[in-house]
Amino acid sequence: MTTVKTENKQREAVIVIRDLKISFGDLHVLRGVDLDLYQGENLVVLGRSGTGKSVLIKIIAGLLQPDQGTVKVLGQDVDQLNSRELDALRLKIGFSFQSSALYDSMTVRENLEFPLIRNVRNLSRSDIDKAVEEALADVGLSQTINQMPSELSGGQRKRIGIARTLILKPQIMLYDEPTAGLDPITSTEINNLINEVKERHNTSSIIITHDLTCAKTVGDRIAMLLDGRFERQGTFEEVFEDSNDERAKQFYEYNFVN
Amino acid sequence: MQASTTSSKNDTSAKPVVSRRLDRMFLALNDVASFVGQFFKEVFVPPYEGKEIIRQCYEVGVRSLPLISLTGFITGIVFTNQSRPSLATFGATSWLPSLISIALVRALAPLVTALIAAGRVGSNIGAELGSMRVTEQIEAMEVSGTNPFKFLVVTRVIATTFMIPVLAMFFVFLGVMGSYVNVAQNEKTSFMSFIETFFSSISFLDINSAVIKAIMFGFTIGMVGSYKGYNSSKGTEGVGKAANASVVTSMFLVFIEELLFLQIINAIRAA
Repeated sequence: MTTVKTENKQREAVIVIRDLKISFGDLHVLRGVDLDLYQGENLVVLGRSGTGKSVLIKIIAGLLQPDQGTVKVLGQDVDQLNSRELDALRLKIGFSFQSSALYDSMTVRENLEFPLIRNVRNLSRSDIDKAVEEALADVGLSQTINQMPSELSGGQRKRIGIARTLILKPQIMLYDEPTAGLDPITSTEINNLINEVKERHNTSSIIITHDLTCAKTVGDRIAMLLDGRFERQGTFEEVFEDSNDERAKQFYEYNFVN
Repeated sequence: MQASTTSSKNDTSAKPVVSRRLDRMFLALNDVASFVGQFFKEVFVPPYEGKEIIRQCYEVGVRSLPLISLTGFITGIVFTNQSRPSLATFGATSWLPSLISIALVRALAPLVTALIAAGRVGSNIGAELGSMRVTEQIEAMEVSGTNPFKFLVVTRVIATTFMIPVLAMFFVFLGVMGSYVNVAQNEKTSFMSFIETFFSSISFLDINSAVIKAIMFGFTIGMVGSYKGYNSSKGTEGVGKAANASVVTSMFLVFIEELLFLQIINAIRAA
């Protein structure tokens, strides 16, 4: 495994994962994953489809329970929390889903209001409106406030999904395939948005992707998931450009050469 | 969650087919029992999601009114018209209001309302929750600090449990109106006389049992639709299957419950 950048060792780890294992029947998806996410960094998790990247962040958010291992988020062991503590922790984590997961029966405004109204007490109507407008302005989609999710493009849905997570001002962002299914221009916009979110809100993020352009643009550090473990970690150059690893080379060539 | 509940494939493949089917059946029953158990665990614990319950009651009740009204009215007309020749043979057409009241209150209203609701409401709940499951909306709700079971399942089951008895009573009212239209054309009976005969033929037990039966049907339809939708998988195909299974299973259970309830009521009458 390549070494983690030395500067990270000075920073506080907001997510610490040790010896994480999960299987679905006979399929051993994660086989002993160790990973740290440091304060203020964008960590890209790369890997082929079906290697357990999304499973990993669903375990971090407490949506799946691992068979073995520990996941500590902001110092709390996710597996040991009761449902109330888990809900409180989840408010510090923003989860951007691959499918955007906007509530189809609600307008954009209602989608953004939903987590706010349900989790923050004693908010006036003007406070809610202000928060919604700010979150939409953050992702550059103020004009869509009264539209239904079905009226939005794929890129707009992704942005609104990110705005909905930002409204609770999370400390950690988890992005599941943020550029999947988008054209190159929209992908670039989403990549820029991920970087802007980090700068404006000082978030620490895990970005799950198999898109190397996305990884290169947003990643401070890359962790490559191979055969259920993180075999390679480091900067983009360390993992791909200066690497002699055949699997990393193959992944790189399929993305950039073919 | 998923990982910890799956059993080894080698263990099950060595068992005979019957044994494996029994295993699957008991696992499915355990799943259903857990789901129903979770409903009763969540329903009495705050927050009570009052706004969402009202919204769901509107969806189930008000939006079903046109269909229930039409069906109830036509059932009243048709049932009266079809019953007349048999009663006329004995010169007993004056018994039509009694016959209609007993048929509507004891059997037709709760049963037909439940079957219509299974088709309209049950499939809607199955498809809506199924689509929310496959597009990760349920998980999105969970990570944003909202209990999706309480917000989506408990509210819908409460709405169907309360609104189907109301719809069944509305069905009775419209059925009576339909029946009177037919009787007035043929027998020249006054409306007051018709209504008086109608109410004198049914007992308190008839009304109570109809309401209890409709409550039971409503609970079943809400629970089945929610269970099928909430646990759907396999993408859009799974959504279609959840909607279909919600209707078929609800209708099947409604008939079974009707049969069991009939035996109980008969036993009470005989006692």
